[in-house]
Amino acid sequence: MDFINHQLFIKDINVHIDPILPKKTAIITHGHADHARFGHDHVIATRQTIDIMKIRYGDKCAKKFTPLRYGQKYSIKNYDFTLYPAGHILGSAQVLIEKNNHRLVITGDYKVGKDETCKNFKLVKCDTLITEATFGLPIFQHPDPKDEIQKLIRSVKINKNNCHIVGAYALGKAQRVMNLLRQQKYNETIYIHGSLEKLCQYYSKEKINIGKFEKVSSKDKNFYEGKIIIAPPSALKDRWSRRFPNPIICMASGWMTVKQRAKQQGIELPLVISDHSDWNELLDTIKKSKAKNILITHGQEDALVYYCKKQNLVSKPLSIQGRSDEEIE
Amino acid sequence: MKKFSSLLHNLILTPSRNTKIKLLQDYFNKLDINRSYALAILSDQLSFQFIKASKLRELVYEQVDQHLFDYSYDYVGDLAETISLIWPTKKEGKSQNLSTLIENIKKIKKSEINTEFSKILSGLSNNERWTLIKICTGGLRIGVSERLVKTALADLYNKSVNEIEEIWHGLEFPYQNLFQWLKNETSKPKIDFKKLFHPMMLANPIDEEKDFKRLDANEFQAEYKWDGIRVQLMVSSKSVSLYSRTGDNISSAFPEIIETTKGDAVIDGELLVGRNFKPSGFNDLQQRLNRKKASKDLQNKFPVFIRAYDILFYKGKDLRKFSLLERRKYLEKFQKENKTNQIDLSSIINFSTWKELTKYKNNFHDDLNEGVMIKLKNSEYLPGRKKGYWYKWKKNPKLVDAILMYAQRGHGKRSSYYSDFTFGVWKESELVPIGKAYSGYTDKELLVLDKFIRNNTINKFGPVREVKKEIILEVAFDDVFTSTRHKSGVAMRFPRIHRIRWDKPVNEVLTISEFKKEFKLS
Repeated sequence: MDFINHQLFIKDINVHIDPILPKKTAIITHGHADHARFGHDHVIATRQTIDIMKIRYGDKCAKKFTPLRYGQKYSIKNYDFTLYPAGHILGSAQVLIEKNNHRLVITGDYKVGKDETCKNFKLVKCDTLITEATFGLPIFQHPDPKDEIQKLIRSVKINKNNCHIVGAYALGKAQRVMNLLRQQKYNETIYIHGSLEKLCQYYSKEKINIGKFEKVSSKDKNFYEGKIIIAPPSALKDRWSRRFPNPIICMASGWMTVKQRAKQQGIELPLVISDHSDWNELLDTIKKSKAKNILITHGQEDALVYYCKKQNLVSKPLSIQGRSDEEIE
Repeated sequence: MKKFSSLLHNLILTPSRNTKIKLLQDYFNKLDINRSYALAILSDQLSFQFIKASKLRELVYEQVDQHLFDYSYDYVGDLAETISLIWPTKKEGKSQNLSTLIENIKKIKKSEINTEFSKILSGLSNNERWTLIKICTGGLRIGVSERLVKTALADLYNKSVNEIEEIWHGLEFPYQNLFQWLKNETSKPKIDFKKLFHPMMLANPIDEEKDFKRLDANEFQAEYKWDGIRVQLMVSSKSVSLYSRTGDNISSAFPEIIETTKGDAVIDGELLVGRNFKPSGFNDLQQRLNRKKASKDLQNKFPVFIRAYDILFYKGKDLRKFSLLERRKYLEKFQKENKTNQIDLSSIINFSTWKELTKYKNNFHDDLNEGVMIKLKNSEYLPGRKKGYWYKWKKNPKLVDAILMYAQRGHGKRSSYYSDFTFGVWKESELVPIGKAYSGYTDKELLVLDKFIRNNTINKFGPVREVKKEIILEVAFDDVFTSTRHKSGVAMRFPRIHRIRWDKPVNEVLTISEFKKEFKLS
């Protein structure tokens, strides 16, 4: 596995996985901005990830695109690449790299739990596993997202004169929250921040059930009483949110597990809904992958490295520049 | 328990005072035994003898790998929350009443604590577990003061909050008399005021720019602000007792006061260490603090006395509605009548302009006071921190520039940030730490420092990060002592970050010997 370095760069064939800076060949695991960037020569990714990159950065964000289906093999010299579902967001993938009978899996961001907005995670056995560790502490044990979304629905019912603004990342989390609301029979129109519109339209086009939505427009203030509005987290603190009547500020994120974090961010209704694996899912994936060599990328890597060493697995942290804990999801 | 724990959960996440009051009122809408316990918890009156923080750690280590717990605790920064989240065995049972749960816990025998209490923790939801652990460790820190609870109750049951305040320290669990009075079933509870701790009158910091323009110097008098601990002394022919500022009875820690004080009065003053009424500094006082008892040896080495500021009762007469000037006459009278007491009077500073007072604030002959108190001459003795009566004006702090060396994540509301900073000065070509600070910076400065630390870590020692030696902090502190416990040989009192010195290069920071010379340490 020494063919790949700590920057997820394969020097031999000049291929990067999720590079931060423009490169010749880039395999992109999913469309979030800390993984998918503008300006590569050649992007290899799932069709949906490529679509999302084009929506966000324009059709010419790379010179050449190679879409891969899940499970379809793609070879460069003696390296074989295959993408498998990561269950993180629509189009997200793990990357299996095979070389001389050595199997290496880069999980990218992933979650094991069920999610109707994307293909669910598939476990891939390997020799070396490079796993994420966003929630790599045993305090993170994500609850059932249905119960969390019920909290929101209940609060909407009780607080009829307030509007609920839910902070959720524009790509993935926002649509997941909408889908969860639909699963729980919330059938009202959901109002969205302008920056979510194109991505929501794309999800609808891809036949993900996010129901009826409408962009927030400056209507009469009281119009939004009793409504649910979804906005990127950055908009919660912005002047944008002041236009609403008695807003109750909510946030859908795995970080909401910790009350003190919610309080710091001024969140009144925390919803623990995560698109990353929790502690037990991380351990379970490591175990079932049968990998003997575990590398751990961004997040709370210390505890997971400690755990792996205790299980007699070779393990070390892999610090990838540009991704620090708590800024990502 | 479900109701109470969701009350706490909502209170901690609600920024608005009015919403907090509404949440409290929704909960206290009914007054039953559960609410009695809730009131005791909210006013920090309930604790379990055998279950404290150390016991809880012991229990959680039985369940979880110690290292994994420590990593988690470092991340969360709150013991109750870490334990509640990390607790692995979850057999959530039927929810119990708050009162039933507490009574069951109280019944547990000491020898069975580990198994029985663990069983209880396993049977609760995350949020209930968090609540229960908060109750055990005391000090909820949910952004709700005792005062706010009283205000909520007063508004809900149409009473005045001052009426509740007045009788508060005479009430006892389960607050039957309070609840009946709130429901208008009986008259206001009768309290023996002479035996009761009276909430102290506190001062607001003065705003030099605004207040001095606004206030007439002739209406005020000043006293030094002594650097000891504020106490209330209650003396009668039958008993003597000493209370801390928060109303805790601390009599047993200061037997010399209890044994020698004569007279019949309630005195407000400052407890200081020293002989012949000459205070000898906060370092000495610390030897007497946080102890339940004091040995004869300790009493001889570090004798205490009280410097009296005020008098609330004299021979059974309530003086609190009298003016400060009138109360002072009673205080002097009490002093003359009881000359054997270990009590002297805080002297009055005469001044006619604010400018004149400035020199008293800064140039007092020794370091034993923290500045001056400015009091309205005709102020009544009012509980709490009322605006417009008493002000405190602190000395300018001492300042030193030091280099940021290590950082650690903070606790409570700063728990995700690297907000605890260790800083040092030069000793030859190396740096030696001189102190640690976790306050003083603005929110913006904290973000900058946090980012710097994340991007410039050169070493990790468990939760502590060593950083590149590039940032100079101007540190403000109240005082500095020689210390044999620290490598640098110095210990600072109340250091805080004053500002970041972007303009200064690191090689211009003092050496430890220059530092000692500047602050007159041998």
